[in-house]
Amino acid sequence: MKKIFGRPRSLKPTPTHYCPGCGHSIVHRLVAEVIDEMDMRGSSIGVPPAGCAVLAYFYFDIDMVEAPHGRGPALATGVKRVLPNHLVFSYQGDGDLAAIGTSESFHAANRGENITIIFINNAVYGMTGGQMAPTTILGQKTTTSPPGRTPLLDGYPVQISEILAQLRGAAYIERCTVNSPAAVMKTKRAIRKAFQYQMDNRGFSMVEVLSPCPTNWKMSAVDACKWIDEVMTKEFPLGVLKDIGTKETGKEKKS
Amino acid sequence: MQGNCVIGEAAIRAGCRFYAGYPITPQNELTEYMAEHLRKAEGGVFIQSESEIAAINMIAGASAAGARVMTSSSSPGISLKQEGISSMAACELPGVIVNMMRGGPGLGNIRPSQGDYFQATRGGGHGDYRTIVLAPATGQELADLTMDAFDLADKYRTPVMILADGMMGQMMEPVVFRKPKPRQYPDCYVLKGAGDGKSKFIRGLILDAIEMEEHNWKLARKYDLISRQETRCEIHEAEDAEMMIVAYGTAARVAKGAIRRLRSMGLKVGLFRPVSLWPFPTRELRELSEHIKHFIVFEMSTGQMLDDVRLALQGFANIDFFGRPGGVVPTPAELSNVVSRRYPQKDAYVDRFLRFKVVEGPFGP
Repeated sequence: MKKIFGRPRSLKPTPTHYCPGCGHSIVHRLVAEVIDEMDMRGSSIGVPPAGCAVLAYFYFDIDMVEAPHGRGPALATGVKRVLPNHLVFSYQGDGDLAAIGTSESFHAANRGENITIIFINNAVYGMTGGQMAPTTILGQKTTTSPPGRTPLLDGYPVQISEILAQLRGAAYIERCTVNSPAAVMKTKRAIRKAFQYQMDNRGFSMVEVLSPCPTNWKMSAVDACKWIDEVMTKEFPLGVLKDIGTKETGKEKKS
Repeated sequence: MQGNCVIGEAAIRAGCRFYAGYPITPQNELTEYMAEHLRKAEGGVFIQSESEIAAINMIAGASAAGARVMTSSSSPGISLKQEGISSMAACELPGVIVNMMRGGPGLGNIRPSQGDYFQATRGGGHGDYRTIVLAPATGQELADLTMDAFDLADKYRTPVMILADGMMGQMMEPVVFRKPKPRQYPDCYVLKGAGDGKSKFIRGLILDAIEMEEHNWKLARKYDLISRQETRCEIHEAEDAEMMIVAYGTAARVAKGAIRRLRSMGLKVGLFRPVSLWPFPTRELRELSEHIKHFIVFEMSTGQMLDDVRLALQGFANIDFFGRPGGVVPTPAELSNVVSRRYPQKDAYVDRFLRFKVVEGPFGP
């Protein structure tokens, strides 16, 4: 019998610890599928974050090295500069990337570092129990913004992709989501493109994924998917924020 | 060559191929040297990082990928790097960190000081770990100990710190670079991508309590081994000495000048200089106390190494202390005056009130 669907080679046969309805497992699988399709399993190095995905090295069947909270892009920079022909990505949440690691992300993008960030935006700190993140939506209730986030007390949600897209070192930045099968396929294409840009030495690439967190949003998985469409995408519009073009079709990278 | 540049050259010769750093005085010449010369070396990567924190994590990444790596900074910058140093210790990633100490705490000033002894020798960052700390006192040692630091880092898979100060970094001395030893670091510790085989990961986060304890015991056994095998010290003019100055780095150099003066006055004073600050040469110092009963610890701090000396001597000898913590380098004349006044034959009671510099302030001395 012909096998038409199976576990990607780059994913270990390990059950994940993620909550039901969480987007991490989907994105893990997408990353693994893309690595398999690009035949890069043997020369990929991942950098998992602090936060829910910290145990990613138990799930990905590729070489991985852990980074302290927020420092993924710096670590990935070190790895990539020593192994320039490898696929190097850091996998980060919104607290990791947009709060404690803003500086590292910003400057890795600005240097045009040939790495990819897979950025999971679920608008809260998930692993620590649902505190307010830089990406928490105005009015959203979290454990540290119990009345709902107000600009007066807590500032505004940070649109990190828009910010990084302005940097000249950024080659490709797209915001996607994984709340429907169509959106999942779109996200996979974005990850594939980001990795391809990296392997073509186009510069820094990032895929932001709006990802459901039913546990901390205190919603059912279905409602969480709806909430992304109805609320989150208003603050974080989906789409390509930066694309300098592929090697074949696009403009050449400015030096 | 200038001290900072000596470290850079020795590192490149020792096979360092990745350097990340952030400007801070008084170690900028090292960063500049690496920018100029490491980039020319085959496979050499220099990055001026956006922060100290990024620099230490960049070298951690490069170390995981198998390169010999180094970063450098000065006191406030090292405080920022501590997160990464702790992480490298946990992940067992080798790397060399240079600290050209300046006056502190806080931003302090940019003058030479030895105020970071505690931070360097007690781990410095969070968690139960140690960092090997080497304290050069001459230009030649800057070269030799830098090369040794890379070998030790690889041998024990742990971060190693070169602890010097602005004085050592700025001083110019002739240096002979020795031939470095060939690198011995098995491929099995390096991430190169899984190839066709099994994938590997490097981590310091271990959620299971029992596993974490096992990992910490493993690290502890390693630190135990290091402290038995890697202590280094210099003992100078100890044969007939009645009193020993205990000092490291720049302070030890000043002490050597003072000892020449004291010897010419007929006072039998020697020097005990720890070269490895961690592991501290406890055994060697205790052996000395079998025939020498008076020690004076001299530091450019308010007395940090003093703790280690007390632990080593355990009450078997008299311990005195002299320090200048403000970024001031005392002269040999000043030190020899202090030592001669406290020389054991002198009346200890008369001299006791001279021990600390009296500071006139609005609230009296």
